[in-house]
Amino acid sequence: MRLKTQLINIGEWFDRRLQIAAPIREAAEHPIPRNTSSWWYVFGSAAMTVFILQIVTGILLAFVYVPSGAEAWSSLQALNHSITLGWFIRAMHGWGSNFMVAIVLIHMVQVFLFGAYKFPRELTWILGVFLLLMTLGMAFTGQVLRFDQDAYWGLGIGASIASRVPVLGPAIVKLMLGGPIIAGATLSRFFALHVFVIPGLLIGFVCLHVLMVLRLGINEWPMPGRIVKRATYISEYHELVKKDGAPFFSYGAWKDMFFAAFIILAVAACAYYFGPFGPTGRPDPTIIQTVPKPDYFFLWLYALLSLLPPSLETPALLIGPVIVIGVLIFLPFLSGEGEKSWKRRPIAVLTVLMIAITLGTFTHLAGFTPWSPHMNAWSGDPVPVKFIHGTTALERQGALVFQVKQCRNCHSLGETGGQRGPALDSVAVRLTQDQLIRQVIQGGGNMPAYGKNLSPAETTALVAFLETLHPKGQAPARDASRDVALKDDKPSGSQP
Amino acid sequence: MSTKPILAASAENVMSRRGFFMKLGILFNGLAAAVVAVPVVGFLFSSITRGRGNGYLSWVQLGKVADFPEGETRLATFRNPYVMPTDGATADTPCWVRHIAGDQFQVFAINCAHLGCPVRWFAQSGLFMCPCHGGVYYRDGSRASGPPERGLFEYPYKVENGVITIQAGELPTPGAAIAELTEEKPSCA
Repeated sequence: MRLKTQLINIGEWFDRRLQIAAPIREAAEHPIPRNTSSWWYVFGSAAMTVFILQIVTGILLAFVYVPSGAEAWSSLQALNHSITLGWFIRAMHGWGSNFMVAIVLIHMVQVFLFGAYKFPRELTWILGVFLLLMTLGMAFTGQVLRFDQDAYWGLGIGASIASRVPVLGPAIVKLMLGGPIIAGATLSRFFALHVFVIPGLLIGFVCLHVLMVLRLGINEWPMPGRIVKRATYISEYHELVKKDGAPFFSYGAWKDMFFAAFIILAVAACAYYFGPFGPTGRPDPTIIQTVPKPDYFFLWLYALLSLLPPSLETPALLIGPVIVIGVLIFLPFLSGEGEKSWKRRPIAVLTVLMIAITLGTFTHLAGFTPWSPHMNAWSGDPVPVKFIHGTTALERQGALVFQVKQCRNCHSLGETGGQRGPALDSVAVRLTQDQLIRQVIQGGGNMPAYGKNLSPAETTALVAFLETLHPKGQAPARDASRDVALKDDKPSGSQP
Repeated sequence: MSTKPILAASAENVMSRRGFFMKLGILFNGLAAAVVAVPVVGFLFSSITRGRGNGYLSWVQLGKVADFPEGETRLATFRNPYVMPTDGATADTPCWVRHIAGDQFQVFAINCAHLGCPVRWFAQSGLFMCPCHGGVYYRDGSRASGPPERGLFEYPYKVENGVITIQAGELPTPGAAIAELTEEKPSCA
């Protein structure tokens, strides 16, 4: 009992000087509408929790990490293998980054579907858009700090995209790389961005974002038919809070606390079971036997850059982000009033679904990259026995040509090989002999022309092999006019 | 009643000693900010300004002509001419050297003209293939298929005393200076 009074006395001594107990209590106990004490309202605080976790694990990593082009990779190896629990802290930071991007996106979708961006919370939403961009910026710069082959070539991709900006492109590339090439200076500036610039901005923006939530009040549970009007909303909201309100702490806060703890445990569990991300190979550009791939949250972009028609790529890369960010920023001004409930906003729901399905499909496709040639298929994937069983010597020679000329890198047989071009298991059903020869020699439809790289004998053998590729009981394609033409030729006999 | 507007006018027109020093203080701070801003901006943009007039480019030796057999395309590496102490292996740059005949060469950048991934040479089919988005180029560097909008980037070269030398020093990108040194070639198909 004496100890308790002593502690209270000490607390009071500090607060007489700091004067912060009252504002903290006021913030913690600010009234919220009762129906917002929902599991749908936990994502904002969860995002902040993961952000704090990222700050803590990030500082721990900085104790060991060396932001030098020559040594970063080795210092990550030391973290992974030599320093006690270094692997776990790296894994927490890596998985924390995945969780943060995911939670921020979920938070954004929830806020959008609940109409929380409408009057008077426009600026809270706009700050949120910047917070999303900064989160993605942290994800990209963080991937660069894991200075491995993927980071090196990922920077090359970033530079190639930046260079396409008209007039200023080359200057932007040098500014981004800190010099003429991807090197030590590049890593140093990405370190500064990842550790000082973006986190500093993030902390400031998060504080403003939370302050606005406290000042303007949390968005009430949207009721179909309860229309937001600029003239009346504020008084309606105060009425609601007065009539059916409760202090945030602890009426609403306990759900936030449970979910925050759950997320931290989930990050720790993923870190423990799956371990840290990379680093993959050394960032040595002379090792060209590499297949660079971005981190999870940029896979959709990887897919998009493969699937866009080449002529549309530069406009899409340069104008696309401006449009997307512009729409996000102007959204609260375009629909600042009106219905909040997702039940009365079908276009909003469909937009979210469409974007989610698009991003999901692109991410799924980027998981197995059907557009990339399999660089080792020609030497690594054997021709399945069933395709050469009972073939002639010429056809087998053709199968050899098929492998040696790297056709397999883009065309699969028996479900192994590249998927860049069509699978050739039944190509003879689709193309006649003449069409096969033309396709091989002239290329087209995204296939290179092999005319200069195949001797006539090789072409003959290859086409003979391709003509055997049809399912049993299905005849190969043939040019019907040819029979007629050959028949007509016979009586005349004059043509060679 | 009539004195009020006169008083107001005089308050607007007459600057107090304190007000004058306040304005002078703001001006003084503006001056200080400008003096500091010049070197700060100069520092921030130093990586661009040096590049003016090909400031980063120099001639680098790749090796003896004899090391590159005629009719073949081989990988060569060189140390970037502009190096910082912390660059490590990142300043080692690979490139593809195609020896056509005699003193005739083509030296291609390793970077795909699409998004910069490292292209690989396949001698058997005479193609360069990119592992990222599937760009393919013929042996002369011209575009064969896939997303690139142009052929491979080429370094300017010269052969002197049996040694092949290239002008290098910048990461070739679709918009950067080195990319403009060579024109896009028509497809050989």
